[in-house]
Amino acid sequence: MALDDRKSDFTFVGTRPDRPDGLDKVTGRAKFGADAVAPGMLFGAIVRSPHAHARIVKIDTSKAEAMKGVKAVVTRADFATGLTGEFWNVQENVMAGDTALYDGHAVAAVAATSALDARDAAKLIEVEYEVLPHVTDVDKAMAADAPVIRDGTADGSVPEGMHPNVVRYHESGHGDVAAGFAEADLVIEDSFKTEATHQGYIEPHACLASLGADGKGELWCTTQGHWYAQKHCAALLGIETSQLRVTASEIGGGFGGKTTVFIEPVALALSRKANRPVKLVMSRSEVLRATGPTSSTSMDVKIGMKKDGTITAAEGVFRLQGGAFPGAPMEFTAMCAFAPYALENVRQVGYDVIANRPKQAAYRAPGSPMAAFAVESVIDLLCQELDLDPVEVRLKNASKKGTKASYGPRFDDIGLVECLEAARDHPHYSAPLEQGQGRGISCGFWFNHGGETSVSLALSEDGTVQVSVGTPDIGGSRASMALMASETLGIPYENIRVTIADTATLGYNDVSHGSRVTYASGLATIKAAQAAIAEMCKRAAAKWGIPEDAVKWEDGCAVPSGPNAGDFEPLAMADITADMGATGGPISGHFEATPEGAGVSFGVHIVDAQVDPETGKTSIPRYTVIQDAGKAVHPAYVEGQFQGGAAQGIGWALNEEYIYGEDGRLQNAVFLDYRIPVASDLPMIDTVIVEVPNPGHPYGVRGVGETGIVPPLAAIANAVSRAAGVRMHELPMSPPRILAALKADG
Amino acid sequence: MSKIHVTTTVNGDETEFLCDPRETLLDVLRDRLNLTGAKEGCGTGDCGACSVTIDGRLVCSCLVLGAEAEGKEIATVEGIAEGDTLHPLQRKFIEHAALQCGICTPGILVAAKSLLEKNPNPTETEVRYWLAGNLCRCTGYDKIIRAVMDAATEMREAS
Repeated sequence: MALDDRKSDFTFVGTRPDRPDGLDKVTGRAKFGADAVAPGMLFGAIVRSPHAHARIVKIDTSKAEAMKGVKAVVTRADFATGLTGEFWNVQENVMAGDTALYDGHAVAAVAATSALDARDAAKLIEVEYEVLPHVTDVDKAMAADAPVIRDGTADGSVPEGMHPNVVRYHESGHGDVAAGFAEADLVIEDSFKTEATHQGYIEPHACLASLGADGKGELWCTTQGHWYAQKHCAALLGIETSQLRVTASEIGGGFGGKTTVFIEPVALALSRKANRPVKLVMSRSEVLRATGPTSSTSMDVKIGMKKDGTITAAEGVFRLQGGAFPGAPMEFTAMCAFAPYALENVRQVGYDVIANRPKQAAYRAPGSPMAAFAVESVIDLLCQELDLDPVEVRLKNASKKGTKASYGPRFDDIGLVECLEAARDHPHYSAPLEQGQGRGISCGFWFNHGGETSVSLALSEDGTVQVSVGTPDIGGSRASMALMASETLGIPYENIRVTIADTATLGYNDVSHGSRVTYASGLATIKAAQAAIAEMCKRAAAKWGIPEDAVKWEDGCAVPSGPNAGDFEPLAMADITADMGATGGPISGHFEATPEGAGVSFGVHIVDAQVDPETGKTSIPRYTVIQDAGKAVHPAYVEGQFQGGAAQGIGWALNEEYIYGEDGRLQNAVFLDYRIPVASDLPMIDTVIVEVPNPGHPYGVRGVGETGIVPPLAAIANAVSRAAGVRMHELPMSPPRILAALKADG
Repeated sequence: MSKIHVTTTVNGDETEFLCDPRETLLDVLRDRLNLTGAKEGCGTGDCGACSVTIDGRLVCSCLVLGAEAEGKEIATVEGIAEGDTLHPLQRKFIEHAALQCGICTPGILVAAKSLLEKNPNPTETEVRYWLAGNLCRCTGYDKIIRAVMDAATEMREAS
């Protein structure tokens, strides 16, 4: 059997069947994080710091504990001690220790017999604070006079003489940038800033926890990675990992923000103390104040170009503020910045800066959109100055197979040139603009990811198939897994049921992040199906009395091949599974690995912006997303990823931002004030799926989830800057900022 | 605090419950009546995930008190399908891939149904403005708008 050849003709992959969870989700039957109940369940509530930075002098829980209906109060004293590294950082974020580090930082929690009582009891917990100086802006946090937030956090990478708030440093590149700039006909250097935005998933964090005094527990939660939750909750509670079984609920959006834990360890601590199950659900305000927004950034980019559009050198400095904890993805920002371009001379530097804000969390291609905003804005300025076509300039410099990437490795098969050609040839790019409109384009890059992956596939006696995967389905992945399994097995899509298994059912699975699910769980599903096929061929061979390698698998049947071809009637899958108990036992297939061939991803966006010079308001009349999917398994959900990324990018570019007052408190912690795009803000979003197969996947699949948010900030900034006639340097490009820019320009 | 006894109708079924005067209709639906189809995305009437109708009027159930359901007819996402027959909107949402995570879907379906009852032939702009109170973070709305327009067409042709 030749199972390793890359497939190019498909029966099921590439079609658009109904998703398997569709019925549950249109009837209200699907169970999300907050939809679970347990007998004897209590409700939790969390007390949060109203200060940006304060020493916790004393917590008096006596009044709350005395209240009728209150069954447990926990503080940091109820969690494990002695943690180090990321476990310690997560614990510090989940429940403050000596110091509250941002507005909204959890300091205590209570469980009571009703949600209303829990809320009332939380108000009775008295916390005495000693307010400390704070800083929330990235540049101010690096300045010599900035308050030191957590001294000793910096690692060995940080150069001598930096402020203690600079906690990590990155530098990479190749060639000689000084020599490259000397060759240029024009060098432009400019500075940019972006404000933090939130992932804005509509489902707040929610969980139902049960932990006994024997250290055995159950956790139901909305998460992108329940093994991650298991590992971190166990560490924070001081219990054994395998004693905690975690089940992922249906997840109401995550976009990277549900790749960590916030309330889950707290609910477990409350449950352990109360000896009853505890449900904990965040309010929207808690989500915005205390869960991961993106980093805010401050960036300087310098690019040299010849008159013909050739880039001779590029250099960038990227400063990312990631809240009061190390981990702002500045190395991704730096590494993604110039990845679309084949450059002889490139250098990028990143700074991870801490400030009194919530711990940043991943948000769709973490770090990359900001870099693209700065880099692609400078390229647009160069195109304007040198009177060059923006797509042609990008085509001239585009990375292709064999290019040494700005961040080190050489690219394999990639689809950037194909995306740019599709942009150039798209009717949108040549359509006339109306008065007051500008057109912008941008490239975008994301690495994509493999990660630990474990899949199990079991055959039923009737020839149908159960697939257990460990990556929560965040946007239709059960449909794509079923399509890949049906393609491999040669049986109908409808005969396959895909389940997101709990942590007790499979080996470790990395989080649903990095655009890894369709690639890695898909690859594992295909390999698991191939293992089951091998076993079915073995059973057929035994039945026919011929060698195993004389049986091949075709269209869902074992078929004799070679010298035995035609000797026996093909055995359909259901014929083999019907008596598998008697022919050797149940048949299943497994695959466990950390696949390394994720295949990087490129996209190009074209956007038209209309700026009203009277009000500064921007509208988006037309938007086109072009992106390489490798192979689109379920094209409708690939389009959906492209459109969703673009819409989030539109929000980030034009409107969304974290607004902190002088007191360090978040001023817009509700959806009315943190306004994400609504239906009437957006146009239809056109999509073009480019397919340059990924050599690292049997069907050529590349992840598609994240790249779609990389180009919008820059593409919209370029469109707005051209429409307004003034270059925009700061996001979001809200009406006041646009009016200020127009005024400054005279 | 003593509880209030409420008699109401939910999705055509007569229903009684006791609720705290502070509880919202959304709390009652989810925690007392086990109708968890309506979701709480914000609790402040900004996201529309909790959309239901009261006597045919579209509301955010997080902004209505449970006690206000007395004597009213409440309709939730759980009541949209008739038995095993999905409403055209439900079918079109699946066909058009108009949901990704699905958390906003119940509210959007309730809101869209309410729109088509008032205006069987809405323009794209009318659909966009009617649904402007229902946040979706996954789809960019494109496929949602197409699904609603397509369902409207089918319903007009069938009537």
